[in-house]
Formats: sequence, C-alpha cells, structure tokens
Amino acid sequence: MSVLEIKNLTTTYGPVKALDSVDVAVETGQITAVLGANGAGKTSLLRTVSGLVKPTAGTITLDGTDITGKPTESMVHRGMAHVPEGRGVIAELTIEENLRLGMRGAAKRPTDTPAPVRTLDDAYQLFPVLGDRRNAQAHTLSGGERQMLVIARALLARPTLLLLDEPSLGLAPRIVAQIFNLVRALVNDSGLTVLLVEQNARSALSIAHTGVVLNLGKVVVTESAEVLQNDATLRHSYLGF
Amino acid sequence: MSTDITTAVPAPPAGPSAMQRLLGLNLVRSLLVSLGVLVVGVLLLESTDAYTNTQLSSLTYFTIAAIGLTALTGLNGQISLGHGALMAVGAYTTALMLDTDSPLPFPVIALAAIVMTSLVGFVVGIGAARLHGPYLAGATLAFAVALPSVALYFKGTFNGEAGLTVISPRPPEWFVSFIDAVSGEFATSSKYVAYLGLFCLVIALFFALNLGRSKIGRHWRAVRDQEVAAEIAGINLGRTRVQAFVISAAYAGLAGAVMAMVVRLAAPTVFTLVLSLSLLTAVVIGGLGSITGAFIGSAVLVFLPPLVTDLSTDAKLSDTQAAQMSPLIYGIVLVLVMLLAPGGVMGTLSMAWRRRRARRQLTATPTKKG
Repeated sequence: MSVLEIKNLTTTYGPVKALDSVDVAVETGQITAVLGANGAGKTSLLRTVSGLVKPTAGTITLDGTDITGKPTESMVHRGMAHVPEGRGVIAELTIEENLRLGMRGAAKRPTDTPAPVRTLDDAYQLFPVLGDRRNAQAHTLSGGERQMLVIARALLARPTLLLLDEPSLGLAPRIVAQIFNLVRALVNDSGLTVLLVEQNARSALSIAHTGVVLNLGKVVVTESAEVLQNDATLRHSYLGF
Repeated sequence: MSTDITTAVPAPPAGPSAMQRLLGLNLVRSLLVSLGVLVVGVLLLESTDAYTNTQLSSLTYFTIAAIGLTALTGLNGQISLGHGALMAVGAYTTALMLDTDSPLPFPVIALAAIVMTSLVGFVVGIGAARLHGPYLAGATLAFAVALPSVALYFKGTFNGEAGLTVISPRPPEWFVSFIDAVSGEFATSSKYVAYLGLFCLVIALFFALNLGRSKIGRHWRAVRDQEVAAEIAGINLGRTRVQAFVISAAYAGLAGAVMAMVVRLAAPTVFTLVLSLSLLTAVVIGGLGSITGAFIGSAVLVFLPPLVTDLSTDAKLSDTQAAQMSPLIYGIVLVLVMLLAPGGVMGTLSMAWRRRRARRQLTATPTKKG
C-alpha cells in the first residue's frame, strides 16, 4: 500500500514547467529516493507535496486523503513532516526550543501512531550531541548537527511520512553515511515511510528501496534501488556514477 | 543496522518535571523583576520633585509602547512606523471615557483603550502580515499619517485640530492616605497618574517577560527567522503575524491611555509621525528585541533632550540655541549608536558578555585537562 500517491502532477513557475505529469507512489515502510541532476525538479516535487507551491494540475493523496493545494501548516497534522533543503534550523532559538516547535505538530496527531521519537528525551537519546547542548542557540551547531536537529524536529511531529530534501548537502561523507544509516534504521525499526530527495545518488540508493529518476521535470525511470544500482547505462546517463 | 549516532548512551532521566521547574522559574523570575521595578519606581517617584515625577510618567508610557514595539520588531521581525497612531487610539478612547462627571475606574478605561487599539491593530495587522521590509514600513507610515486626520473629519466627537482635553482622574482616598504614609506629602492628581503609569508598566513588563519565553514567543521568532521551517512545523504564518501585531497594538493602546492622562490632551498634534519614529529609535538605541533595551532607549528619549537644554542654558547659550541643541545631540547619539553599536545598547552588552564567557571557557579548558 502506498502512503503517498502523486498522480499526473504538474507545477509551473511562470512559463517554466518544473514538474511535468509526474507519477510517484511511496510505499508504506519504505524509503523512496527521488534522484536527478540540478534543476531536474526534485525540490519542486517536495515543495509541491508539502503545499509550499501550488500545482497547476494533478493530485497528491496522503493516506487516502486528497491533499492537493492544502495549506502547508496543515500538512504536519496530517502526518507529513518536511525537512527542507538547507536544513531550516531556527538559528536564534535554542536546540530545545527548535525541538519544541516540532512537538507542536504532534499535538493533533492520533496517539497510536507508531513513532520512534515521542519526547525530547527520545530525541536526545537518538542524537546525544543535541542533548549535550540543549540550551545552546542553534546557530552554534555544525552542519551535521543542524541536520540532526531538523530530522529530530521533524520526527517529534510523529509523522507517517518524512520528506527529506538533500540531507547530504554540504556534509562530509562520514556524516552523510551516519545520517543515512540512521534514517534506514528508523525505517526498519518503526515503520516510518521516507521520501528522500538526493543528488548524491550512490548514497541514496544504498539505503533506498525504490528509486525514481527525474530529468527536466519528468520521471524517466522508476525502479527498485537494486536494479538502478546495477544498471550501468542508467547510472552513467542520469546519476553520474 | 546501527551506527555510532544511534547507539547512544541513554540520556539522564530529566523529563517533564525538570521542564516544569524551569517554566515555574521563569514565571517566578519575571514576577520578581516586575516587583523590583515597582519598588524602584515608587522610590524614584517619592524621592524626586514634581517636575521629575512628570518626566518619570512620560518614561512609563514611552517604555510600555517601546516594549510592545520591540516585541513586534525584535521577536516577530515586523517593522511598524504606525505605533504613534495606535497610541492615539488608546489616548482618544481614554479621553472620551474620562470626560464625564463620574468616570469609570481606571482599570476599566485602560482595558477599553487596550481593546479598541487591539481591534485597530487587528485590521492593520491583517494588511501588515502580507507585507515585508520597506513595503511594511511604507504602509504603517501611511497609517501613522492618515489616522490623526480621522480626528479632523469627525470634528463633533474628537474636536478636530484642538483635540480633547483630558480630565485627570482624581486620586482616591486610599491613595491619598498611602502617599501620606510613605512620604507625608499631599497626593496630587499628577502623582496619581504617575503611579497609574507605573502600575501599567509593571503589568506590561510582567507579560512581556513571559511572552518572549512562551510558546507564543517561540512561534514569533520561528516565523521571523525561517518562514518555511515554521510553516512546515504547522505554524500559520499570517495568523502568527497578525497575533504579534495585535499584542503589540495592545501595548500601544495602554501606553496611549497613560499618555493621555500625563499630557492631558488627546490631539492630532500630539500623535505625529515624530512620535512613531521616536518609538522606533528608542527600540533601536536600546537594542532590538530586548526589554531592558526598551527601558534604556525610552530613558534616553525622555531624559536626554531636557538635560541637553539645561546644560546649554548653563553654558550661557541663548534660549533658541539651547532649544536647538537637543535635537542635534539626539541626532549625534543616534548616528554614533548606529556606527559604534549597531546592535543597540543591549545587543552590544550581550555580545561583549558572550565573548567574555567564551574567553573564560577557553582559558579554563586546558587547566581542567592538565
């Protein structure tokens, strides 16, 4: 069963078609990676899904409910948490205040949603670095720590679907591996569903179940991660490795 | 599958009890600070002459308005050049309600002024929530310029250019005996107004101290810093901005109510654009977003001009020259603050403090190891 179903989605910025009849199905308890070069429409896809951009055509269904064009701030109550590109920590707030912002989203969620992170303590246990510095302002964190903070913040909203936008951006390979492994562990242990947008195709496919390749706003391939990793032609032409 | 960030040492069981204790602490702390201001205020009012008393009353309403503006601009990132006009709404409401033989008790009047101003603030806020930066400044500026002309249009109610003379509330019996007990002096009407201003300030301060650390304050700052992140966390941007504007307007309304009684006049000439601008300068001089800064900025605004005039007169300048000195000095102070301390007084102090602490930590670490 799929948590998120995107059908025939088209988003335009003026005359430019950022997304052109895109179909993506995100299966429950799986990681679906959306891959592609700069300008392929990856971020536009996430922004449209979370309501930051209104689509010109198509439908988005979350858990069987049509959420196309619904306001962004309502998404978190419907069970969708978005980790935006460039991390989006609130620099002037402390780590704990940032996390409390995430807990706000959980207030209207059914209490029986399976969630790996329910309390601040859970978050600190998952990321001890954050616990050690809970009263420090977020702008004092490193890039990797910021990524951990926003993931923890998103998880505290008890989502069924986590949208991750380029979590590897600007991070050292070792940190990327840590974060990706953590995401995979969360999915394995708790049944969380993840829609991951990544330029770093090799890392993304190493944890994903399914890969969707976008090129110039269109879906070129939808395949299992294994197949994509082993298809040399596809890798060379779209994924650059 | 586990990595070195998932296999963690279990966190110490802090939990909600520690959190609640912290919350309680903030409430207690802000209560103590407010009471401290009250005590200092009473001491100041009782140890100074009538002229300084009036200056101190000006300080109370200026600070109330500045606190409201610093919350809006500092916490929520919205600029307003229209707070002087919002104060006018509070002042006119107060003037109209005091203009009877047996006026309602002051708390009721103050509340009415707050409600009226909040309503106007709500309307302005809805417009403001859609605007950013210079456009917001322009729109609120237009509001500041336009609102006083309402008084000219509805001449029957607001008495046009001449404005409404405010009848100061007469001090009640208990107040007279209280002042008699404290300093053995007779409680004048201006003294009573000064105390009302002080009480309003203390209450306003208490709320503001909690606002910044509450959920509301957190949401305001989130909207200011990261619109997308705030929206994704489920915060309605527009509603939050309007809320900030309304609360800020409520402060301006209360300030206007006190101002009407201190100045004893609610007229278009009192609530000029200059008032709005001075408020913003006070907030900037003190340090955006800082309540202490709002105090300092307001104090500079209230006490600097008469001080400069006095000094100039002492220096044997002519009256005209002396009168011209104070805007000059004020301008120079403003330019110097912008050049030397762009974070305002409090911004600069807190940065210096943070730097000192960091240095101390750096020097402390090696000794701990060795």
